[in-house]
Amino acid sequence: MLSRLILVSAPVLKSSAPLGAGLVQASRSFHTGQQSLAPVPALPEKGGKVRFGLIPEEIFQFLYPKTGVTGPYVLGTGLLTYLLSKEIYVINHETFAAASIGIVIVYGIKKFGPSVAAFADKLNDEKVAKVQEVKGLAVSNLQQAIEDEKKEQWRAEGRQNLFDAKRNNVAMLLEINYRERLHMVTSEVKKRLDYQIALQNLQRRMEQEHLVSWVEKSVVKSITPQQEKESIAKCITDLKMLAKIEQARATV
Amino acid sequence: AVPISQRRLMDVKLGELPNWAASRDFTPNGILSAVRRGHDRFYNKYINVKKGGIGGVAMLLTGYVVLSYIWEYDHIKHDRWRKYH
Repeated sequence: MLSRLILVSAPVLKSSAPLGAGLVQASRSFHTGQQSLAPVPALPEKGGKVRFGLIPEEIFQFLYPKTGVTGPYVLGTGLLTYLLSKEIYVINHETFAAASIGIVIVYGIKKFGPSVAAFADKLNDEKVAKVQEVKGLAVSNLQQAIEDEKKEQWRAEGRQNLFDAKRNNVAMLLEINYRERLHMVTSEVKKRLDYQIALQNLQRRMEQEHLVSWVEKSVVKSITPQQEKESIAKCITDLKMLAKIEQARATV
Repeated sequence: AVPISQRRLMDVKLGELPNWAASRDFTPNGILSAVRRGHDRFYNKYINVKKGGIGGVAMLLTGYVVLSYIWEYDHIKHDRWRKYH
């Protein structure tokens, strides 16, 4: 009860600024100190040991060196006797009510304590498991992201190979182009040279034929009618002679 | 050795207790911080644990009962069985 009062009043006392706790002043700056990266210490497993559910163990340990084991019990008995005999604790109807309530409470705790504790632990474990799951998911996501990033880096390295292949392609295209043009050049030159050769051949043949026909024509022209008659007469006499020779050979 | 104000209460001798009580910080801030320290010690020892027992809550309730008995004592005085003790 008192602690809750402290919790409520502390922020009001802390913020001494006239503006109030809601507004952030420009002069304040957050996260200026060194960030401590130590992991948060885990909660202790069990609370401080208590005897009879009420008296902390420390009292027993404190009195042990002087009075031994029975010290605190004797102290408790003596205190109780003193309170009762001097009637600092008065026995009235409330004592009876307190006793009945105490018995009921003790019986209830003894009977239902462990099961309630197990239930509360289960709730706690579920909460922790949920949060752990979120954290695990986040961790696995980030790890997946790391893997993907590494893969991308590897791929980026592989791009060098791509560039090499493209460079090879381009070189090949250039080579092909060059060779095509070379071929075209040679074929064109050859065509022109062939043309010249054909031209020369044609020229020579035409000259030859022309010369031959001109010679024939001139020869034919030069044969005058007189010469024609003489040659025909000679041919006839030659033929007659030949016929005579043939006849002579045939009869022999 | 160490001055009185900075020693733990268990290390203060019985004769030096008044001196120790005088050297404590009685400003409102000091009182508040002392209450906060006490609350933190109790809370972190008996309540803020994984498997807390009945001890923490039981001690608080017992303290409440005792305190209310003390505050009502002047009224309960009249239910006493004997006049002279």
